[in-house]
Amino acid sequence: MYFTRWKIFWIVATALLVCALAVPNFFPEATVKTWPKWAQRHIVLGLDLQGGSHLLLEVDSGAVKKEKLNQVLDDARRVLREARIRFSGLSVRGDVVEVRVTDAAETANALNKLRELSQPLGGLLGSSGQRSLEVQDGGGGLIRVTVPPAAITERIRQSVEQSIQIIERRVNELGTVEPLIQRQGIDRILVQVPGLQDPTRLKELLGKTAKMDFRMVDTSISPEQAQQGRLPSESELLLNAQPPKAPVVIKKEVLVSGGDLTDAQPGFDQRTSEPIVSFKFNTSGARKFSRATSDNVGLPFAIVLDNEVISAPVIREPITGGSGQISGGFTVQQANDLAILLRAGALPAPLTIVEERTVGPGLGQDSIEAGELASYVGAILVIVFMLLTYRLFGFFANVAVLINVAMIFGILSLLNATLTLPGIAGVVLTVGIAVDSNVLIYERIREELRAGRSPITAIDAGFTRALATILDSNITTFIAAVVLFWVGTGPVRGFAVTLGIGIITTVFTAFTVTRLIVAMWLRWKRPQTVPI
Amino acid sequence: MTFWIIIALAAFIVVLTVVSILDLLPSMRIVPDDTKFDFIRFRRISFPISAVLSIFAIVLYFSHGLNFGIDFRGGTLLEIQQKSGPADIAQLRATLSGLGLGDVQLQLFGGPNDVLVRIGQQPGGDAEQQAAIQKVRQALGDAVEYRRVEVVGPRVSSELLAYGVGGLMLAIVGILMYLWFRFEWQFALGAMIANVHDIVLTIGFMSIAQIDFDLTSIAALLTILGYSLNDTVVIYDRIREMLRRYKKMSMPELLNTSINATLSRSIITHVTVTLALFALLLFGGKAIHSFTATMMFGVVLVGTYTSVFIAAPILIYLGVGTNRLDDEEAPTTAAKPARP
Repeated sequence: MYFTRWKIFWIVATALLVCALAVPNFFPEATVKTWPKWAQRHIVLGLDLQGGSHLLLEVDSGAVKKEKLNQVLDDARRVLREARIRFSGLSVRGDVVEVRVTDAAETANALNKLRELSQPLGGLLGSSGQRSLEVQDGGGGLIRVTVPPAAITERIRQSVEQSIQIIERRVNELGTVEPLIQRQGIDRILVQVPGLQDPTRLKELLGKTAKMDFRMVDTSISPEQAQQGRLPSESELLLNAQPPKAPVVIKKEVLVSGGDLTDAQPGFDQRTSEPIVSFKFNTSGARKFSRATSDNVGLPFAIVLDNEVISAPVIREPITGGSGQISGGFTVQQANDLAILLRAGALPAPLTIVEERTVGPGLGQDSIEAGELASYVGAILVIVFMLLTYRLFGFFANVAVLINVAMIFGILSLLNATLTLPGIAGVVLTVGIAVDSNVLIYERIREELRAGRSPITAIDAGFTRALATILDSNITTFIAAVVLFWVGTGPVRGFAVTLGIGIITTVFTAFTVTRLIVAMWLRWKRPQTVPI
Repeated sequence: MTFWIIIALAAFIVVLTVVSILDLLPSMRIVPDDTKFDFIRFRRISFPISAVLSIFAIVLYFSHGLNFGIDFRGGTLLEIQQKSGPADIAQLRATLSGLGLGDVQLQLFGGPNDVLVRIGQQPGGDAEQQAAIQKVRQALGDAVEYRRVEVVGPRVSSELLAYGVGGLMLAIVGILMYLWFRFEWQFALGAMIANVHDIVLTIGFMSIAQIDFDLTSIAALLTILGYSLNDTVVIYDRIREMLRRYKKMSMPELLNTSINATLSRSIITHVTVTLALFALLLFGGKAIHSFTATMMFGVVLVGTYTSVFIAAPILIYLGVGTNRLDDEEAPTTAAKPARP
């Protein structure tokens, strides 16, 4: 039970420092913001306490694959045409792009040209030896181009990467505080937005691909004729976005795509005061748009968003300024959202919501209050019980437990950890368990005293023997906490964090703080009997 | 109100602390100093009881089944609060069942204004779940406040189930490896039997109480595991120490002495954990009510019973300490290979 001066210093300094880390939590956020960066770390309330939305989005890998195959198809057509190789039957069959070279003698040449499209995966550093395409000779002029699974995965990875950037831009437009957007697994994106009253708008913003392009209306055929199956191959039948969703025949060729937009703003039409979205093109977009409108004066063109026709106005005069406006019978909200979507850019593939958890601010507040009350009551009950059972030593235990809890909050702050309602339950449980280490030590001391040892040797033996047990018994719970952290999400993970940290601080206080307190008491009192 | 109660309790604590420091309180012993209960002989009763209870729990699991929550089954859960006055369950039910969403369950939750709505998994995939929520929002309109909305799609729910069950297995294996490393294999095996016993009984309890089995239940089960083992390890530690010290003591006597020596610690720790859980159960709010109820059952009722009446006595059957007499004759290799 002897502590050197240095040891005492280190124990007190560590405990104080860790406790001090919890200080920023007691000040309003605005005050903390003015402090130096290193002092700003604090506990974040989980979505179940402050209210907010947790959305797990999944990139539509089927769509990504289809798009990749279509891209291969286009590339193959271009390459073969450039090489003046005649071919037929270029098409996507399942996961394979097939083409038949008309003159079988040119097969070798075609194979070479197509193989040039294939690139090593993973850029220059790619060491896997895999390539983005596999080109095979099917015999008799037939060539099969397949996209290996690794290349598809790579493409999905890229899509997720791009999607995250676009989602960030969209969510930031909502003006919420500290949204969290991160990749999860290969094809999923986690979006957490705290303090959102109604996630409907968020979901609408995230659910749209926002792929917009400008195309011509096919006036050679009426929609009714097209529905009867006489649709020209270079056109498709799309529906109007506004009810009654009338069909329109639109040419497939894209005049200008949404990627050429540099800005989009909501506004009102000067004459009709109807909500509109005005947009600006970049230089190349402006040039393309100017040429297209000059060539087609008097004809209707269409603004297509996610395969729906927003509006199909007639071109009255060439638009050369590189800007324009879309009016599609919007409400103010719709115009606002469309502008946001156009500014943020199109998602590379559609996203689906695979998991949603939203907690309203009312429930969050109730949970905070319930958690606080339960913590106070739990702590008071345990403290009173310890005092009644062990008296002076109960007081020592209570001091150790208070330091323990302060240290838990200190470490949570240091980690910028998230505190959830189950997390609070974890702290309360830790209080119940932390005194266990004291109980183990005290009961052992009692035993040693009964065996007839002197106070000092009894206390010394009690600590030495009990500490080994404390370590063993806490490690089992710690293993459970680690597994729980790995398995759990959201609130459950918060529980695992406080439970795990609680075990670490419990072992620390048992080995140092409690021991130090008792040692100081021994040195000061030099007791003949131990009141335990 | 609660504020003043807490202030009063705090004042009480200060007074109690001062009194304790001045050593004016009488000594309070919950457990007498020298208990001599014959726990080992009691195994002839406790083992059959546990076996019957375990079988009962397994039968319950297969007959009643577990109430899988949306985490594992997929579907939608809404906690709504009627803005004006008490909620009319019958009318809400009529409104919601007219939406063609299949199985819709309603249940009062906490106050008279709060209703928990569960909607089964919609066929067709993730987009359909979102469409269902949209329908409900339109049907209920502005009359209610949405306190909580949870939608778990079909793929995520099956992944969560796999993760949850896998995690439970991993925890058991991890803890066993640790015990094997720190003790001997007999102890690890004994702890594992105790473990499985805990989990089986707790799952039986969840089946009877119709508690939603979801991710929080996995958290509760893992915590129960941790604490039950915590208790078991304390007793095992003592048994190991006794094995080293008393080479000639018979196994039943040795086990009994170990359990009795740690008995007062077991009970006192038990009380403190119960007090903490009790506070959580009463005041922690309904969001964690089933979580704390499960833990109350597992830690308080099962965990401690298991360590005292199952985990320790079972060591007799596992042959712990049977070769101690050989060691006695060769004192140089006396210590068991257990680590200090």
